[in-house]
Order: sequence, then structure tokens, then C-alpha cells
Amino acid sequence: MKYIDEYRDPDLAQQLSAAIRKITTKRHVIMEVCGGQTHAIVKFGIDELLPKEIELVHGPGCPVCVTPLELIDKAVKIASLKSVIFCSFGDMLRVPGSQKDLFSVKAEGGDVRVVYSPLDALKIAQENPDRQVVFFAVGFETTAPANAMAVYQAKEQAVSNFSILVSHVLVPPAMEAILSSKNNRVKGFLAAGHVCTVMGYWEYEPIAKKYKVPIVVTGFEPLDILQGIYMCVKQLEEGRFEVQNQYTRSVTHDGNKPAQGLIEKVFCVCPRKWRGVGEIARSGLQLRDAYKDYDAERRFDVTGIKTQENAECISGLILQGVKKPHECPAFAVKCTPEKPLGATMVSSEGACAAYYHYRKMER
Amino acid sequence: MKKRNDFTMSCPVPIKDYPYVLLAHGGGGKLMHEMIERMFKEVFVPNDTVNSHDSAVLNCSTERIAFTTDSYVVQPLIFPGGDIGKLAVFGTVNDLAMSGARPVYLSLGFILEEGLPMETLWQIVRSIKQAADEASVRIVTGDTKVVDRGKGDGVFINTAGVGLMEHHLNIHPSSVKKGDVILLNGDIARHGMAVMTVREGLEFESAIESDTAPLANIVLTLLNEGIEIHCLRDLTRGGLASTLNEIAMAAKVEIRIDELSIPVREDVAAACEILGFDPLYVANEGRFAAFIPKKDKEKALAVMKKHSMGKGACLVGEVIGEGEALVTMKSKIGTTRVIDMLSGEQLPRIC
Repeated sequence: MKYIDEYRDPDLAQQLSAAIRKITTKRHVIMEVCGGQTHAIVKFGIDELLPKEIELVHGPGCPVCVTPLELIDKAVKIASLKSVIFCSFGDMLRVPGSQKDLFSVKAEGGDVRVVYSPLDALKIAQENPDRQVVFFAVGFETTAPANAMAVYQAKEQAVSNFSILVSHVLVPPAMEAILSSKNNRVKGFLAAGHVCTVMGYWEYEPIAKKYKVPIVVTGFEPLDILQGIYMCVKQLEEGRFEVQNQYTRSVTHDGNKPAQGLIEKVFCVCPRKWRGVGEIARSGLQLRDAYKDYDAERRFDVTGIKTQENAECISGLILQGVKKPHECPAFAVKCTPEKPLGATMVSSEGACAAYYHYRKMER
Repeated sequence: MKKRNDFTMSCPVPIKDYPYVLLAHGGGGKLMHEMIERMFKEVFVPNDTVNSHDSAVLNCSTERIAFTTDSYVVQPLIFPGGDIGKLAVFGTVNDLAMSGARPVYLSLGFILEEGLPMETLWQIVRSIKQAADEASVRIVTGDTKVVDRGKGDGVFINTAGVGLMEHHLNIHPSSVKKGDVILLNGDIARHGMAVMTVREGLEFESAIESDTAPLANIVLTLLNEGIEIHCLRDLTRGGLASTLNEIAMAAKVEIRIDELSIPVREDVAAACEILGFDPLYVANEGRFAAFIPKKDKEKALAVMKKHSMGKGACLVGEVIGEGEALVTMKSKIGTTRVIDMLSGEQLPRIC
């Protein structure tokens, strides 16, 4: 398939692998930020093509994984209401809340629907004026423009039975949190290509400078990732710390300005809790006052929720790159995709799920 | 998605009288008898061989028969390249074919939801008739129930089938051996993506048509040509990956496949990429994997390629070990990974 096969070429992959080996003289720990990259690395076995000096650690860029438990519990509570049609991306349905997941709510009679776009949820709201339609707006900067658009259009068209349950998170503050942690081992980053498609990469320049780390904006196909690693290793070997763009076919320095404008119009920056990591200042988005009527947390009573994390789950350490999935005692024993203890075992972008599906040999 | 062109015969239960299925159509009274007599019986079995009795009496010319049953629940009921009726016939025919049996008789049980348009039912019934003719099976017994509106999903169909075992092979996972090669009869993942792309709420336009097709004839052709088939399995729910895992577990063997050799049509691959699905796990309704000894590889491939159901036949892998159940794949970039069973459904990703 055009635009896919070119980036999975076995000969070029071997050439890049050889080039990385040639320039590597010492140990480097590199974090790929995005869960989509984690999956590509594990699915295609990209780490098999790297010299042993290079260790890839998996970052926090899985929206399902970092959505706080409290929000999942709020979603469960709202979705259980008879008056509500609860719409979500498919990934979120299996994430365990304190008591249950959204799939269980559906099985118990809740009207929970999988949609591909928040605008589909808005359409459902227009078609069902006597029901409340709530969209679970999770994700990074990648999904923020579409969610902003849904709210913007709801207001423009005066669709009053539509609201969103917001749990938006931002990548740069999470990278800074990892870099300033005393446990940090990460010396270079592959930044998330699709986040940067929206936001550009100007936000990363001060981070590279402040923490002296190379940051390479990287795509998602095997050759993208290998080339991103090559560029990152080359900087590390030469003692440089710049922001470089591997994913030039999608990312520009300034990003998608109209999309950024829409995010800015509808959302404002707020502190946000990250599941397994804790609260990070200025790391989330919430609806601006002008759009607060579309905030599901204001529309429904979601107070009095007491969350309970599973004590055995180490997903926080995994999301910060401190531990690998197979280093968890519960991995593939007590915790499986069928009975997940934490969100990293659920999502198709979660590191634990990736290891479970593609790495049976390591169990 | 109604294909009026396929609907050549007019509905024998006058639509002007009953445009929708009523509870009474399953009530055992006059309406039910009228629907069975006019709509079902005439279409399925020639008049001279049927008698209105509680069971059909069948002649079987072989000592061994194959027997199977399956239920069909699909939305939408009619999709590009097929409908629930066609699936219900071919699905059961194919299950029989996977034992190497010649499918001969089918039963047909309908669970209809009150309010189902009579025209939709007639379209499905016509499709069942065409499919049964195409697969050379006779529908010899049946049943109809109607459930309250809201308690069904339009139509549920159950079919059971009987097939004659005219060979003496043991076509079963237990016959799979180290060194067996794995052949496919064509490109994968079309049925699942055909249904997915038209499903309600999914705004994605595509001309992908289901691959639904009867597989008995190609299997019988392979047997007639003297191919020593060890195991057959149709790649339905869960796709190629799940099928291979099932066989690896049942036979306790290690299977290795090669990603580059697995055919996926370009538009299907594109739809999978966009929606975040792995074609290895997407359902098929006209594809099967054949485990055969290496010595028969060339001949089997040639026979399959000559058959209309096997034009895209190809070698996708091999059984490389015995003892441990494992499926691995050589990826496009030359690395190796495990192909696991899916946990639950494939879910669309966030971004």
C-alpha cells in the first residue's frame, strides 16, 4: 500500500540498523513518547535491530493509560444514567475503573456507544433531542482540535443536550516532569509525530535547551522510528541537544495554526492528574468559561467518588520509563488483557498490552 | 443498502396485506402457515419431496457423516457482497467442508423480530435459496419464531448441516505435523471490513465487498486430486491469527508465517490502517487455511489456483516444531514476533 510499504522496506531497515550500530559507541537510554510508537517498536521488533547499548523506554503517551481513575469512575457514573447516551472512543471501554469498566455499564443496560469522532457524538445529540449525549474527551493535543470543534459547533448550533467529559493532557509538561524526576534515566526523546502535526515543535526547543536532551520528532512506521533513533543517537554521540524533525512529511515547525486556534478558543490550560504519575502543573486542558455549559462534570452530579487503585499495578513506573512491563510480578500472571489490573494492559497503545501480545517469549 | 436487482421474484406473502412481520407470523395459526407455505417451503424444497411433518427423513450413502450447527447474528442484515441469509448457508456449508465432507442437507431456523419489513425477509429468503443452489445443498427442515419488537435484531438465523464423508482421511488438528505447509485460498480480511465500513454510526465509505463464498467444492477438488490434507479451518471470527492459534493449541505445534506472503487487498489494508485494525484478526467468510504435507505443496497450489474459489491461493507458512503451541510471524522488516490470540474484540484506537 502506498505511503505504508515504503516505510516498511526490509532492506532500508537493515541499512538504518547498520548505520545506528556504526555511530553507537556508548550506552544511551531513549524514550519514545507516544504509545503508537511503543506498539510499532514491539510489533515490528524494531529493538531487535538495535545495538545492545541502546535501550528504548516507553513513555507516557498513551491517552487511555494516563486518564485518571477518577475520570473513569465519573464516566461510569454518567454512562449508567438512564437519560444519557455515553459516547467514547473504543479504547476507553475496557479500562478498569474502581468498580467496573464501561463495557460492564453497557452490559447492565447503559447506552454506551463507540464512535470514531466527537462530531459523530454531536450528530447523535442532534438526532436524540430528548436524551443527554456525553462524549468522553480524552487524549493529547492530537484529539484536542476535534473535541474543541465538537463543542464549538454544539454552541454555534445551540445543541443543548451535548456535553463532554474532559480529560485532556499535554505532552511537553509530562516530558519536563520525567526529566526533572530524580529517577530519570532518559537521555533523549523521540517526540510524538501526531501531537507535533497539530502543535508543531517550537514548544520543545526550550526543553531541549534547559535539560540538554536531544528531541527528535518521529513518525510511526518502522523506518520512521529507526531514522528517529539514528538522529537521536547521532546527537547524543556528538554531544548536541537540538530539536530535529524526522517526520517532515507531516510535521512543520509551527504546526497546524487553525487547529491550535480552535484549541485556544475552546480550552484553557489547567493542572491535571495523570494516572499512575500524579498531578502535573499546567499539563491539561479544560473548557473555557465561555463553554462551561458543555462540561459534563458541571451538568451531572459526579461528586462523592472514592477511587481505589490496584495496589499491585506498577503502571506509574512503566509510564515514566522507570520499569519495563515484564519486570512487574503481576505481568501475564495476575494481569492480562482479559483481566487487566491497570490501564497499560488495556489500551492498544499501552506498553504492557504491547509486551503481552507480541513478546510471549519474555513471559 | 437494499439491492433491488437481486429481488427478482415478487414476495408471495402480499406485502400490501402484511408489510411487516407480526407476532402472529410465529403464533402457529393461519398467518404462520401461510408464510411457511408461500414463502419458505416453495422456495426451499421442491414440492414432491417434502411432507409437513415434524422431522425430515434423510438418505445418507456413506458410513460416516459430518454434522454441524451455527447461529448467525450480523448487523447490517444486508451488506456489500452478501447478507445474513447467504452467510447462514455458506457458513454451515464451510464448516462441513472443513472436515472434507460433501454438504448435502441443511436445517434453517429463523428468529424474526416483530416489525421486520416483509420485503427484507423475502430478500434474505431469496438469497438463501440462491446460496443453497450454489452450494448444492438442500434445506430439508426448518422453524420460525417471532419475538417481540426490541427483543431481536431483525433476524437471527440458525442453520445445521449434514455432510457425507466420502474420504478416509482424518482431517483434524491432531493430524498436523512438523513440516506441514499452510496454504490460503486468497486475500484476507474482506468480510470483516465490508461489514465494519457500513455499520451504523461509522462514517466511512468504501466499496469493499464481503468474500462470503462456499468452500466445499474446492476442498472436494483437492481431495479428488489426491492431496493428503491434514487439517482445514475456515478463517471466520478472529481471522487468520486466531485460526492458527486454535490449531497450534489443539495440535501442540509451533507455526511460523511470513507477513510478506499474506495477501491483503490494498483497499482493505487501507481501511484497516485508518480504523486501527490488524487484518490478521479480521473475519473472513470465504477463506480457509489448509495444512498439507510439503510433498503435496506444488500440486495443491496448482489445483487451488485453477478453482474459482482459490485464484489467489498462496503459501503463507509452515509448521516448524512440535510440543509447544506457538504462532510467530516473520515481519515485513525481517524481525520475528508472536501472533497471539485476541482478547475480546478489536477496538478502534483513539489516535
